[in-house]
Amino acid sequence: MSTGGAHTEELLVASGWSKTFGPRRVLSDVALTIERGEIHGLVGQNGSGKSTFIKVLSGFHNPDDGARLQVRGADVDLPLHPGRPHELGIAFVHQDLGLIESATVLENMRVGQFETGPLWNVSWAQERTKVRTLLAGFGLDVSPDALVSTLSQAERALLAIARALDQVDHVENAILVLDEPTPHLSREAAEVLLTRVREIAAKGAGVLLVTHSLSEILSLTDRVTVLRDGALVDTAVTAQLTEDKLIELIVGFSLDNLYPDKAESAGDVLMQARGLEGKGAAPFSMDLRRGEIVGLTGLLGSGWERIPYLLFGATPCAGGELTVKDQHFDARTLTPGAAIRSGLALIPSNRPVDGAVASASVIENLTLTTLRKYFTKGFLRKKHQLGEVREQLDVFDVRPRDPQAGMGTLSGGNQQKVLLAKWFRTEPDILLLHEPTQGVDIGARTQIFEHIRAAAVDGTSIVIASGEHEDLAALCDRVLVFCDGVVTAEIAGAELTAGRLSEQSLRTHRTAAAS
Amino acid sequence: MTTELATARSATTPAATPSVMRHAQKYALVGVWALVIIVFGVLRPDSFLTGANFSTIFGSQAVLAVLALALLLPLAVGEYDLSVAGVLGLSLILTHFLTAEAGWPLWAAVVTALASGVAIGVINALLIVAVGVESLVVTLGIGFMLVGVGYAVTPATVVGTSGALSAAMRTQVAGLPLVFFYGLAIVLLLAYVFSRTPLGTYMFFVGENRSVARLSGIRVNAIRAGALIACSSLSAIAGVFLAGQLGSSSPTVAQDYLLPAFAAVFLGATTITPGRFNPWGTFIAVYFLITGITGLQMMGLVDWVSQVFYGASLAVAVTLSRIAGAKSSRD
Repeated sequence: MSTGGAHTEELLVASGWSKTFGPRRVLSDVALTIERGEIHGLVGQNGSGKSTFIKVLSGFHNPDDGARLQVRGADVDLPLHPGRPHELGIAFVHQDLGLIESATVLENMRVGQFETGPLWNVSWAQERTKVRTLLAGFGLDVSPDALVSTLSQAERALLAIARALDQVDHVENAILVLDEPTPHLSREAAEVLLTRVREIAAKGAGVLLVTHSLSEILSLTDRVTVLRDGALVDTAVTAQLTEDKLIELIVGFSLDNLYPDKAESAGDVLMQARGLEGKGAAPFSMDLRRGEIVGLTGLLGSGWERIPYLLFGATPCAGGELTVKDQHFDARTLTPGAAIRSGLALIPSNRPVDGAVASASVIENLTLTTLRKYFTKGFLRKKHQLGEVREQLDVFDVRPRDPQAGMGTLSGGNQQKVLLAKWFRTEPDILLLHEPTQGVDIGARTQIFEHIRAAAVDGTSIVIASGEHEDLAALCDRVLVFCDGVVTAEIAGAELTAGRLSEQSLRTHRTAAAS
Repeated sequence: MTTELATARSATTPAATPSVMRHAQKYALVGVWALVIIVFGVLRPDSFLTGANFSTIFGSQAVLAVLALALLLPLAVGEYDLSVAGVLGLSLILTHFLTAEAGWPLWAAVVTALASGVAIGVINALLIVAVGVESLVVTLGIGFMLVGVGYAVTPATVVGTSGALSAAMRTQVAGLPLVFFYGLAIVLLLAYVFSRTPLGTYMFFVGENRSVARLSGIRVNAIRAGALIACSSLSAIAGVFLAGQLGSSSPTVAQDYLLPAFAAVFLGATTITPGRFNPWGTFIAVYFLITGITGLQMMGLVDWVSQVFYGASLAVAVTLSRIAGAKSSRD
């Protein structure tokens, strides 16, 4: 029998991969091959099944029956137990990189596999030499003793890749899975990183690159597999693709070249942002009119997520100005307190971290911003507070209708309704929302939409930052699409569809500049 | 009829059970306290169940109660303060030294002692809130530094205290020393702040989740700093109270108060409003703990019992609240 790995061109062959969660089939009969020396792209929109595929490959999910896997020509039993991918020489680098910033390069590289002397003492000199050689092999010019926190983002990503490959150096041609390695990198840094990835592949490894960035796919990969709604659309040779063709494969319909009309001006301008600058966002300007619903979207990490927090003074601005009604703010000194007083409200996306306190009751969460109202003549008027909260729970259909219930015992949708009620109590002129339907069930989603629409009709202006294009298309008057921190398109009117937003988000060059 | 009853019962039961549980949990510590009194009362009726004994218990622990209430403030907003005993000790030493040895008038000595507490609170707040150092480490350092400062003021034991101050603490009213009523006044004040003003709710949110608090427009840093300064100031007040109770003092006396204060605040968080640091819980826990210790000592157990009891109570209290917390988040 031949052991045969080196002669097989196909490092990994997956076929018939499906995955069902309850009634939902999130992956259906997907096949994918990675050849030796190949960089293979895996693309698709959110929910297309990319992540599920990677999670099956890493042993996190068990696939449905019928899934088969060959690695270097040998059949492998599925599901994979968690240590198995490592044995098979499959190395993963995820978006968060998994590095400890306060530790050194060497410690990050080698922890868990230190070479030890006779007294279990780490042979530091030996380790240092080893790490230096390894890093040099990746063209990474950093000292083994440097703290990871002093490294650039690109160096960190490279370090994570070097470590991943080091951990599978027991096999000849490793399989490297890069799961969104570049969203927080600058264009230049991403290019440096990807050049190195190209070199790794040239030495015989197989690389599976999961990314949203079509320019990376087009410039770097040999072949690309496109998933849509859990199913395999096509595996294509990259050289035969254009950006338009690739977008068409991803979103599932052909493109027309209509460009949007600007939204008609509705009410008077309520808020003006000029040159707001923050981490990860180039200077941002917008006008918001009374009663208008404006969406912000783009690929993850392209800057739209930060805008609500900058407008609210929740994350520090490096510069810029904000005018709300007739009040003028220097964005650098804006605080949430001042923003609230001038009529802004923010419902953040990360409910347990920024939105709600699970250990507090519904009534406490709901009245946190309006508590002073109930404080008269030296006492909190709890009956008054309770009565108003009961009314709010009715209006927003929060279940259970128990003001004293612990916030943490409510479902995501009901928590979100409590937060909506909390912020509507402040009677905001401008409501900022980030992923308002995250972790929210369908029924609650519809109700939340109704409240947002009703508020807009009453004259509240609304800004929604979201990656859910369906939501934006259903709610917004116009949507600003971001790329690399800059607004590259404004979509409104008949043009405003989920598909159009997805397509525009994927485009990496500017097609229509807003403002 | 029967089906109606059945539906009515099945409709009320799920709602009724948690509220019964809520009340049981709320007053569990009070119940245990009553039980402890009954048990020791039966075992040692002649010494335990006497007016003199209760007067001693309530009077001697008033200082600890005030100190525990001081510590409650930073813990409620999510900061540790290990310097409370140091502040207590310095305030005690200053009051005794300045009146008995330096010959200052009482009012000047008291004002100086209280000012030292405010000043230390400001230093703590600057380091913790403005600079952003871990409160645990800062206050550990400051606390032990203050013991040293106490030695610098006077290395020897100071004997003799102001008669007026002593009278203000020890005079008996309704069979209890005045100092107990000062403690009672402070717990009433804090209970008002915690449950009757917006500030109480703001403090809870700051302690639970600073991000949520900040995004709701609460002035998080002002509240943290305020809690630390109020804590040191209250600790200094406790030091003045102690100066009136003790005839003599030395710089090390105060360190024995640190563990009991922590034990009381954490144990207090399991009662009245379970899961939250709260004034009445703290106050009750102080007296529950000393009741247990006094009883055990009367049973013939020696001095070491108090440290074991306080230490174990702290560990048990924290464990209980963790278990309760895990349960409620699983629901």
